[in-house]
Amino acid sequence: MMMMMMMNEIPTTEQVRALYRTMCLIRAFDEHAGDARRAGKLRGSVHEYIGQEAIATGVCANLQRTDYISSYHRGHGHCLAKGADPDAMMKELYGRAGGVCGGKGGSMHVADFSLGILGANGVVADGVTIAVGAAQAVKLRREDRMVVAFFGDGAMNRGPMLEALNWARVFDLPVLFVCEDNLYSDRTRTHSVTGGPGVLARAAAFGIPGETIDGNDVLAVHEAARRLAAEVRAGRGPFFLHATTYRWRGHLALDQALYRDPAELTHWQRLDPLVRTSAWLTSRSVPAALLDQDRGAAAARVAHAVAAAESAPWPAAHTLTEDVQDVGAPS
Amino acid sequence: MTVLTYAQAALTALRQEMERDPMVWVLGEDLGPEGGVAGQYAGLQARFGKDRIVDTPISESTIMGSAIGAAICGTRPVVELRYADFGICAADEIVNQAAKIRYMLGGQVRVPAVIRQPIGLRDGMAAQHSQSTESWWIHVPGLVVVAPSSPADNHALLKAAIRCDDPVVYMEHKELWTVSGDVDEEAPPAQLGKAAILRSGTDLTIVTWSSMTAVCMSAAAMLAERGCAAEVIDLRTLWPWDRETVFESLRNTGRLLVVHQAVRVGGFGGEIVAEAAEHLFRELKAPPRRLGAPRVPVPYAEPLETLCRVADKQIAAAALEMMR
Repeated sequence: MMMMMMMNEIPTTEQVRALYRTMCLIRAFDEHAGDARRAGKLRGSVHEYIGQEAIATGVCANLQRTDYISSYHRGHGHCLAKGADPDAMMKELYGRAGGVCGGKGGSMHVADFSLGILGANGVVADGVTIAVGAAQAVKLRREDRMVVAFFGDGAMNRGPMLEALNWARVFDLPVLFVCEDNLYSDRTRTHSVTGGPGVLARAAAFGIPGETIDGNDVLAVHEAARRLAAEVRAGRGPFFLHATTYRWRGHLALDQALYRDPAELTHWQRLDPLVRTSAWLTSRSVPAALLDQDRGAAAARVAHAVAAAESAPWPAAHTLTEDVQDVGAPS
Repeated sequence: MTVLTYAQAALTALRQEMERDPMVWVLGEDLGPEGGVAGQYAGLQARFGKDRIVDTPISESTIMGSAIGAAICGTRPVVELRYADFGICAADEIVNQAAKIRYMLGGQVRVPAVIRQPIGLRDGMAAQHSQSTESWWIHVPGLVVVAPSSPADNHALLKAAIRCDDPVVYMEHKELWTVSGDVDEEAPPAQLGKAAILRSGTDLTIVTWSSMTAVCMSAAAMLAERGCAAEVIDLRTLWPWDRETVFESLRNTGRLLVVHQAVRVGGFGGEIVAEAAEHLFRELKAPPRRLGAPRVPVPYAEPLETLCRVADKQIAAAALEMMR
């Protein structure tokens, strides 16, 4: 899933096609996840990333395997874009043995430390404070890594988020903050509960430079992330990327989103990041058959993951009391 | 042996652990030039630099959250939250993140953080600076909870907490900061989960911790004059608590009195009494008892605050009632 592009280089057609493939995988993965939740095959909260795929894809394409990311409740896309194994991810959603978290975390806690994925998170903005801490560790250990914190527009109204912005500036930490502004805080329009001139102004108030981009344009995301990541890596402290986008589904799989105007969804579906990328590729003479092939490969990859998950065993009962703690572990 | 205060003992332990392991670092408010509110960090920033003794903004959520992020990325943070009352400001990060990350991520990572949040009554600090919240954290799976009662323990237990791979809520008592005692600076880390029998006796077992150990020892001396031999056990670690030592004592004495400064209702004393009742009911000679604070916010005025303290005379009186 991951690929590096050279700095100061317009991405080649092949590179954009790789971005497209990642987005197709995320789309197929979450289409299945949402359907499986609605069919009762999954439990709990499943937050689909459909419509926002360009952001995780464009940002993570600029990261190394050793770089850290922290994510939030809508986290499948970030993990897949950072290279997580779809089989282990799907097993986790199905709560099975062999899931990335052994079936103990589920959709909201997917993580893979071997890939620097510090985890999705069930508490809004908590992944952001963890991200600045990861950056503090990078600094203390004098490592050559950077950290990306993904979060939504809803997080911008939580205290820990604002604390973390100040913190990152005070300690000049190597963090790229990525706000995925999908217009909604759970089921409430963020605009209706937010004061002031907006997301970027809040970052600026803490002395963190940033920019707003079209988060449904993977090339724009990729280009902005490339530049800002370079600034972070150069030791210039934290930067902020505000990516406008829209979630096609409700807050979670079982939310039918009846509170919003259907015309709003239709408008944003016309801005589908996958369609726009395939159009770009078509305009660069990539044959439609190849793009069909990419979509088919993503569907097949997800079908494989689903089959692996459905046939995987449940976690053994003895794992219930494992990994709680070393001292004072449950007996 | 060196005579150190409780605060100096912790300072010594921290300095030793920072010398031993370059990944040990501290974050919190007023640590550098100020040296902490009780001098428990005095001189450390000059010695180890601003990257390892980190003065932070008043941002408890991010003090704790960033410690967690740093702990899961290869360092061993010591978090200074000043008072247990402010630990509540970081409760989300402690409960929802630190305590659970290892488990909910399937054992991929541990959270080796020490969370210092001193408890207790001291000098009229009133309702928001005096609470004893240890039972809140004991209730949360994933956390270790430690409450040292002496300078020697504040040295050996802090070393153990820093070397522990679990998140440790480390609850010193504010009133003990200036108490002096013998400390073996070369002592190895204490064993977490191991209680100490401070005084042996065959009539009654008094289980306590933190600043109440001294009060219980005073009560035990009073009881001795009345012909009652009380055994005093300092739990030292509250989770895990040393059930074995307590039960062994109870098998000898048949009488259990738990004493803590925290509010009695919902306090940890209830758990100890319940365990004893469930497992040793037939060996008990009297109903187990608990002494703790009344269920009121801590008041400011001295005569009122004093009413929140469990006094040695009260402990002795309760013990004598149990002996009847």
